[in-house]
Amino acid sequence: MEAGRTVLEFRDVHTHYGPVHILKGVDLTIHEGQIVCLLGGNASGKTTTLRTILGMVTPTAGEVVIDGEVTNGWRTAAVVARGVSMVPENRRLFKRMTVKENLEIGAYLRADDFTADYERVLEMFPVLKDRLAQRAGTLSGGEQQMVAVGRALMARPRVLLMDEPSMGLAPVLVAQNFDIIRQINEAGTTVFVVEQNANMALSIADYGYVLQTGRIVLSGTGRELLANPEMRQAYLGEVG
Amino acid sequence: MTSAAATRLPRRRRPGWVDSFLLAVRIAAIVLLIWGIAGTVVKGINGEGPTGEAWRDLVVAGIAQGAMYGLIALGYSMVYGVLGFINFAHGEVFMSGGMVGFFVANYLWDIRFWDTNFVLSILLVLASSILASTLVAVIVERVAYRPLRDAPRLIPLITSIGISFFLQYTFAGLFGVAVKNYPPPPDYLRARIGFLDLEIEGTKLAVIVVAVVTMVALYLFVEKTRTGRSIRAVAEDKEIAALMGINVDRTIVATFAVGGAMAGVAGTLWALLFRGVSFITGFLPGIKAFTAAVLGGIGNLGGAMAGGVLLGLFEGVGPQLVLAGFGIPGVSQLKDVVAFTALVLVLIFKPSGLFGERLAAEDRA
Repeated sequence: MEAGRTVLEFRDVHTHYGPVHILKGVDLTIHEGQIVCLLGGNASGKTTTLRTILGMVTPTAGEVVIDGEVTNGWRTAAVVARGVSMVPENRRLFKRMTVKENLEIGAYLRADDFTADYERVLEMFPVLKDRLAQRAGTLSGGEQQMVAVGRALMARPRVLLMDEPSMGLAPVLVAQNFDIIRQINEAGTTVFVVEQNANMALSIADYGYVLQTGRIVLSGTGRELLANPEMRQAYLGEVG
Repeated sequence: MTSAAATRLPRRRRPGWVDSFLLAVRIAAIVLLIWGIAGTVVKGINGEGPTGEAWRDLVVAGIAQGAMYGLIALGYSMVYGVLGFINFAHGEVFMSGGMVGFFVANYLWDIRFWDTNFVLSILLVLASSILASTLVAVIVERVAYRPLRDAPRLIPLITSIGISFFLQYTFAGLFGVAVKNYPPPPDYLRARIGFLDLEIEGTKLAVIVVAVVTMVALYLFVEKTRTGRSIRAVAEDKEIAALMGINVDRTIVATFAVGGAMAGVAGTLWALLFRGVSFITGFLPGIKAFTAAVLGGIGNLGGAMAGGVLLGLFEGVGPQLVLAGFGIPGVSQLKDVVAFTALVLVLIFKPSGLFGERLAAEDRA
């Protein structure tokens, strides 16, 4: 997709968790309409990056810019109202609520009519039509992932954040999941994916960043990173 | 995924002596229960003990008092659901409503409005009681619990005990320690009223009706309204609730307000049932309501209400039904013993409470 204007930017962002320095000067740029992925191993700061975007973590230095506005210190609700929503790691549905309630709560901040988005979600995931009155906790992992994606889409986000969407899913579902990410992106939503599954993520990404212990160590288009020897050795499971 | 599934399987272990002991306690409890009831039944056949009418009165009184416990229990359960600690000051929230209601009632009595226009008077008392309890609950949350939001859960728990004493002695200091008696309800309410072939004391019937209406209203509020949905969302996962754009702090205030309002209703019901309020009035009903919440399965609203009614019934009927069978004298003095024994028994048989879906560990680790 053609890269538009910048919707999300990190300018030299540092965060601390108590005395521990987590992000150590991260710079990121996400353009409208792109799929951007952030790769990295455990404890590299991937999840902290997402939490910082959402205002759940406040940077100790640097700026988070959403749509040209510095959002440091904003409450999560304010960031969400700005058009950012997230599919959290492990889906984290409201298990005691019905599927329908889970979807509706995704549109919590919207004052306008969200029926169109509701129907679009059900069209995207027809399986859910039969599950609407069921408690979300009773669904299979794949179906829960659909509800989690649907719930995030109900906010009609301009930027969709996804935290490890392939975690805990069977390989066939992982592929399906990435198809859906592409589909969502083609419908006009910018997607920022955090992943450990580097091959899959890079194959659909316009641009990728590699995070290592709080620093961006590599970046480039999906194709560049896939071809990068350093990258292949460190993250794509190639030996030698 | 596989590892998560594996850890969820119950671990098999060989039964130890604790299990044998618990089994023995369970069997002993059942035997004693059956023995006591059998004794009472034998007495009844011999024409001793309470008459059928007396039994019916005990049941009705138990349900009325239990409905009141249930309303207070809702506050314990809702706060536990959202914040994960027991707000032991909730009994005093209930007492505040009863106290403030008394001053309004007394004023209405003095201007001779109470006896000429009782229904309107009791509605005014109810409104002021709800207002007072709600206000106290919300202020306590703001001043005492919010600064402790990120502290270990034991700390707000201990704080709540402190707040409980603070409120008791604030009311004692402001209004004195003497029991304050509400003006008497009108004769027609004290008389027995025919209801579905039963004759029920009017006040008890009113208490039961008000409690049922309040409970239905609460159910609709929690299930159908936007605020109700945010309360459920925050109870389940605060971080994700915030991610949906829900204001978590405001939702917690709403939870305390609703729990307080329920306690306020209970404050007026207490006045209808017993008339006397004092600074210490909140203590025992508070503990009983907490018991009811645990009995029903804490965090579960239907369970809180059912637990309340059951506890009221145990208390009302239990002493006569079980203890009298052993020939123990003065059994009605022992209702608190029966109530708390019932709690222990339920927890031995079903540790998550009667309607508890899950044990705390899964959600509150």
